[in-house]
Formats: sequence, structure tokens, C-alpha cells
Amino acid sequence: MNLASILAPTSLEELSATVRSTPRVVAVGAGTKARLTHVSADFIRISTARLSGIVEYDPSEFTFTALAGTPLREIVATLGERGQSLPFDPLLVASGATIGGTVAAGLSGPGRFRFGGLRDFILGVRFVDGEGRLLRMGGKVVKNAAGFDFPKFFVGSLGRFGVLGEITFKVFPRPATTRTLRLEAKDAAAMIKLFAEAGNSRWELDALEASPGENAVWVRLAGPAAALDVLAQEILARYPGTSLPAAAAAELWQRVGEFSWAHAGGVLAKVALTPEQVTEFSAVVRANPQARSWVSAGGNLGFISLPPGASLPSLPWPALALRGAGLLWPGVRPRFDIMRAVKVALDPLNRFPNLDD
Amino acid sequence: MENPNASGVLSRLAGLLPASRFMRGPAQLAAYESDGLTAFQVKPLAVVVPETQDEVIALVRFCHAEKLPFVARGSGTSLSGGSLPVHGGIVIALNRLNRIVRLDPGQRIAVVEPGVINTAVTLAAQPYGLHYAPDPSSQSICTIGGNVAFNSGGAHCLKYGMTSNHVLGLKAVLASGEVVEFGGASREQIGPDWTGLFVGNEGLFGVALEITLQLLPRAEKFHTVLAGYRTLEQAGDAVSAIVASGLLPGAIEIMDALALEAAVAAVHAEYPPGCEAVLIVELEGPREVVEADRVRLDAIIAASKPVEARPARDAAERLAIWKGRKSAFSAVGRLSPDFIVQDGVVPRRRLGEALRKISAWSGELGLRCANVFHAGDGNLHPLILYDGRQPDGLARAEAFAGRILKMCVEMGGSITGEHGVGVEKRDYLPAMFSADEIDCMKRVRGAFDPLGIANPGKMFPEAGAPALTQHGLHPLEKAGVISRE
Ligand SMILES: Cc1cc2nc3c(=O)[nH]c(=O)nc-3n(C[C@H](O)[C@H](O)[C@H](O)COP(=O)(O)OP(=O)(O)OC[C@H]3O[C@@H](n4cnc5c(N)ncnc54)[C@H](O)[C@@H]3O)c2cc1C
Repeated sequence: MNLASILAPTSLEELSATVRSTPRVVAVGAGTKARLTHVSADFIRISTARLSGIVEYDPSEFTFTALAGTPLREIVATLGERGQSLPFDPLLVASGATIGGTVAAGLSGPGRFRFGGLRDFILGVRFVDGEGRLLRMGGKVVKNAAGFDFPKFFVGSLGRFGVLGEITFKVFPRPATTRTLRLEAKDAAAMIKLFAEAGNSRWELDALEASPGENAVWVRLAGPAAALDVLAQEILARYPGTSLPAAAAAELWQRVGEFSWAHAGGVLAKVALTPEQVTEFSAVVRANPQARSWVSAGGNLGFISLPPGASLPSLPWPALALRGAGLLWPGVRPRFDIMRAVKVALDPLNRFPNLDD
Repeated sequence: MENPNASGVLSRLAGLLPASRFMRGPAQLAAYESDGLTAFQVKPLAVVVPETQDEVIALVRFCHAEKLPFVARGSGTSLSGGSLPVHGGIVIALNRLNRIVRLDPGQRIAVVEPGVINTAVTLAAQPYGLHYAPDPSSQSICTIGGNVAFNSGGAHCLKYGMTSNHVLGLKAVLASGEVVEFGGASREQIGPDWTGLFVGNEGLFGVALEITLQLLPRAEKFHTVLAGYRTLEQAGDAVSAIVASGLLPGAIEIMDALALEAAVAAVHAEYPPGCEAVLIVELEGPREVVEADRVRLDAIIAASKPVEARPARDAAERLAIWKGRKSAFSAVGRLSPDFIVQDGVVPRRRLGEALRKISAWSGELGLRCANVFHAGDGNLHPLILYDGRQPDGLARAEAFAGRILKMCVEMGGSITGEHGVGVEKRDYLPAMFSADEIDCMKRVRGAFDPLGIANPGKMFPEAGAPALTQHGLHPLEKAGVISRE
């Protein structure tokens, strides 16, 4: 094995050999969420760049399996050709993000509103544990209850418990059409009211996003065109707003999906919220004139961005920094002994960074 | 151990609760000796009935300090021996922790204690137009704590997932004695998904004390079609066509001829005559969406050449279709003194092949087998009928069940879609996972439960342990309270 393959293994067997051969390792994908792998210099970086490709895809099963370094772009395109998609709208597709990095970061996009996030579509993983063992957990079929649910555990695990090699997902048929509406919400209270009303309505919204800075809420409907026309009219009769032409809608979802609303090269963090906390979230953002924000999933997820060099205020909610220097966990983080014990179980030699790193 | 003071441990344990909630009498214990896997009984040392979370915490910490094994128990409907007591251990019965702590319609969440019955959540949510999606057939009796431990499913998993997909957070006392809170009221998680890891642990990590569930708005409209086919193959082809069409039905179920015969006898269900299989497909959503989708679905079904297709014209007809479907298993039980229910998963495209094999084995072994299954998920529930009075009746039935499970694994599926491993399938775990993988699971289990006191003997194979199987109706099924999927 030459040096290049040590740092960029080309097979799962090489991946496990690489892990075994290095005392301290961290896996990196495309680097679109650089803060997550910003660890001390003594960690050897394993790139998943050459661990790429869809290894199994049978549209009739609603499942596919891909190597961890597979770019989302390739996955989205392949599924799209067969009229399917990952309903949680993976983020940073155009920026080159990989499927493995997306799982490890635990990132879901606007579509998570309807059927759930990444955690609700992951079915199985193959990963290398801290002893270099290549292990398979979960399954390859849409339903499976055998063994502990490691695949879910790896969502948001940041490569701290093992290196993901291969992942199996459930997919859904892509709805025939979508419609995007922009509704006005003059303040956070109006936004929260809208989240509750629209979320509890008969409409079965596909996405429910908001930008506090623009006093706007975006609603996406998905399904057969004729039905969406009626639903869109009903929504616009109830709330002031407009229907976005297709090009404007595509531009909006691109802006959300690629974080182009955020500061280029700046600090970016995701925050777990409840809808009622959106008021306070907006206040925290407003208190910092440089900050920009986005609210996703009907008020369950917030993103906050600051210019390069700025640092995040400490946040009273669970939060994770994706980009920029500064704290990895700028928010509250419950700590329990079990977290350490599971780390020891999976990584007894402490080969991977700690959650605190 | 007739004398309450015979065992120091038990008398100290008794001190933790009022006498009325500490049970040792043989008659009292009898009710807890087995679960839905009725063939097997183990007498626990004692049964304790806590009423508060603090009492549960104290009990688990006591067990930890005394190295006393315990089995948490909800309603005892596990079909795999999950809540079967363990020798030398106690049962912690959680039915009295049955408060709905909070229901927030604006955020669409419910926070419940583990003893809350599954349907009670939906009942509480209904006034707000909401419901709790996971719907195991035992839902009128099983508890959320049991659902969480087993990651239970139901008829709507393809579209809505299993229990785990609806649990946002939980508080638990781990077998180590530590009290933890994972996740929370947000639908988003930060950091590793500890909640996701806990759900489906089969009672091996500790006891869930409080669970935060997501609620969903109730669908405005349903379109439910029942279609009869000459052959199982044709019904299977119809499923493939529906899946290929891009529609996403809430449920796709199939019943075979024997299951139909049973449902007709039991609940007077009416099916198109001369059919070897019946397919049930349900669309749901806003009425405009369902109206548009039903045109496509009806066309696909018409093209699949059913003997007859009957759309439900109103809510009563829809309920009748589901009643026939949900009664099928207990109904099959009436055709035979004994039966084994299996739960396995195959890739959907191999359903036809799997059913052909099952049918061939049925002929070869001379055992009838009824099939009722979640066709959309590839989740089979073969029901093997046998006569336990015949000397080799049970052995042949078990051999049949074993072949089916091995087939599921060979086809790339799973040994369980929703009933869990428990004691029943622990010997099959190595068919799906390597020794290293099982070792890894055991290490994680050891992190949660260093002394191995939480539900020991379950999920992992144990040398020399007897193979177990389920046969016969659950007592509650005999009483007509619940039915089985
Ligand atoms: C007629 C019938 C139909 C069924 N239909 C379905 C179905 O459609 N889908 C399906 O998935 N299952 C089904 N089941 C199986 C069973 O109902 C489920 O597994 C259910 O979740 C068990 O709930 P319970 O309250 O009875 O739990 P129990 O049987 O009491 O316990 C099950 C497991 O959970 C553990 N446990 C219980 N409470 C807690 C707690 N608070 N914390 C930690 N661990 C706990 C126990 O130790 C045990 O291991 C059916 C069973 C029957 C008898």
C-alpha cells in the first residue's frame, strides 16, 4: 500500500487497514463542514475521496447503498433519473458534500419537515471501529429490527466513534410537482403562529422555512399539479403572500440548500429548536448586527451565520458549529457518563477524536 | 422461598415500595410468567409495581447495587419473549406509570410515561386533529415503553417508519443506575443520535421513564381498495406496478387464501370468490391529492387484472376492510390448535420467490401456512399451523420457521422486521451478524449495563439455551381484545 492509498483508501478493506495503521485518525469528506474535522494536528486525516460510488441501487426496493465518499450530487442525479429522491433534501449538494460527511454531521434540509430527517431514512452502515474492525450494522431492507440501531447513532457522530465506509438509505418516489409560496410574517410571533397553523393543517406541507431577517415564511407543497393549485389558492386566501414562479423557487431552494444566504467563509452553526423558541432565537440574532439566520423545519432547526473572524455567542440551545473557528459546541450540551462509556466501547484506544475535540 | 425473609435481598427490595405493590405470591406472579410467546414461562423472584419515576430509579439502582437481574415490563405482548422474566430476577411492571405528562398541539408533541397505552396517545391527540402514527396491531393494549424497547412497527411503516422515527427524546434510568436525558422536544438532533440508539434496545439498556413523541396531523382523506386475484403472483405483480408508478401509499398489504378463509370464518369478512390472494392498498392525504392519486391507482389495479377490485365507499367500508386484515392472524389461530407466527423481511422484489419457497416447504413438511404480510415493506408474517399433540408436530413447525428465517437472511433481508429478537430469535442473530459485530453490540450493551442485569439472556445467543418458539394464541387474543399482524 503506498502513501496515497493510506491517506485515501480505495476499498473498505484498505480503510480498515488504514485505521489500524494510524494511532490517531479522523475521516474527512469534501470539507464542506470544515469545523467538524478541525482537530489537533496529530490526527492523520483519512480522505474518503476515493471511496466513492453507488454500489447497489434497485429503485423497486426504495433503497440504495453508496460508499461514504460518494458525492451527494451523484446520488441525487442517479435517484432523479429513476424518479426518486432522499426526501430530507440533503444539504450542500452543489458544493460537493459527500454522503458520509452528511451522515456524520447529521445534516438534513427543508424536506425533513414532511417525513423526517436523515435519521429517518438511514437503514444500514458499514464502519470501521477503533480497533480497525470493519463492521456492518442495521440492514439493507426498508424494515429491520435486528440488533441495536447503530445506523441512527452514527447520524451526527462526527467520526468520533468510527469511520463510515458504506451507507444504505431508504428513498421515496419524487413527487410529480412542487409549488413554493412566500408568506409574510411580520415578527417571530407571527412566524410561530404560522408554523403551528400550517403544520397542523390538512395541507401536508413538504417544507416550511423562514428567514427572520426578511419577515418571510416559505411553504412548499409537493404532489400532483392539479391538487397543488387548489391547496396553494387556499393557503394564499388565508395568509398574505405570493406564489413563486418556478425559476424563483429553484433559486430559493438552491440558496437554502447551499447556505448562500450565509457569510462566505464565515462561521455557520446549526441549532436544535422548538417552534416556540424561535422568538428568542430571533432576538439572539438581532442582538448581533452582523449575524444572519435561517429557520428550518417549521421552527425545529435554526442556522446562524457570522462573518469570518467573528465568534458565536454562547447559545442556550443544543448547537453545532459547521464552519469557522471557535467552539464546536456553542450551545448547551448534556453530558452523561454513558457517552464516555460508549466511546470506550467503540474506540477503546482513543484513535478517533473525542466529542469535545 | 416461602418466607419473605428467606432472602435478604428481597426483604430489602420490599422496603422500597408499599406491600401492595410488591408481589411474591405464586398466584400474583403467575400473571407475569410469560409474554406473547406463551409457550414459555419463567417464575420471577418478585414483581414490583412502581408508580413514579423516582421509584423506578430507586429500584434500578437497587438492582445495580445488589446485582439483581430485572426485566422491565409493559403489557407483556412481546411476541419474541422480550418480557419473559429471567431466572433469579425480578419484573418491574410499568403499567402504573401511565401519565400523559404534556401534549402540545402547537408543536405537535406528546410527552408520556412508558406505561401509556399506544392508542391512548392518539386518543389524547385526536381533539387537535393529530395522531400518533405507529400502529402495531396490539395497539389497544401494548405500551409506549414496550414499543420503544422493540421499535415496534405496524401497517404504515413504508411511508411513516417505525416507532423510532417518532421518538424525539427520552429520559431513562440506565442499568448502570445513571439517569439520562437524550434528545428533547425538537425534531432536530445535535450530536450523535443517542435517542435513536436507545430505541430498539429490547430492554437491555435500562428503563425508559419519559418519552417525547412526535404527533402528525390526521390525513384528511383515505382511499382504500381491496382487490382479489386468482394467484398470489398476480397480487405481487400489482404491488410491483404500484411501487414503480411513483405513488406512495400509506399501506400495501396482502393476505393469502388460507388467511382469507380464516377472516371469513372469524369476522365474516367478504372477499371476491375464487381468489388466492387479496391486496389492500390505502392512499391518504389532502382530498385533492388523494383524488388525483386514486385515478392513477385505480388504473394500475385495473391493468393488473384482478378478479374484482372494491374501493371502500365510506368510512365504514374502510374499517371493514381493515377489520378483516387485522383479525387475520388470530382468525388463523382458530383453524388450528397450535401455530407459530414468524416475522422476517425479504427484499420486495423477491417476495414472489419467497412465497413460492414457503408454499413448497409447506407441501414437503405437510404443514399448512397462512401468509399475511406488509407487502410494501417485504415484511412477511407466515403463520405455520401444526398440531402439538402429534409427537413431532412442534419440531416440524420449528424446522419450517427456521428455514424461513434463513431464507430471509440469504435473500439479503432480516430475521425480524418488527417483533424483535428477544429469546425467540437470539440463535439466529449470528446468521445476520458476524462474531465481531455481535461483540461490538455486546460492548455497547456493556456500556449501558456493565453488570448484565437488564433483561439478560435476550437478543444474544447463549450456549446451551433451548430454542424457543411461539405457538398458540395470546390470552388476550383468545378473549378477542387484540389481534395480530
Ligand atoms: C396480538 C399481537 C399483535 C401484535 N402486533 C404487532 C405489530 O403489528 N407490530 C409490532 O411491531 N409488534 C406487534 N406485536 C408485538 C408487541 O405488541 C410489541 O412488541 C409491543 O411493543 C410490546 O409492548 P408491551 O407493552 O406489551 O411490552 P412488553 O411485552 O411488556 O415488553 C416488551 C419489551 O420491552 C421492554 N420494556 C417494556 N417497557 C420498557 C421500558 N419502559 N423501558 C425499557 N424497556 C421496556 C421489556 O423488557 C421487553 O423486552 C403484537 C403482539 C401481539 C400479542
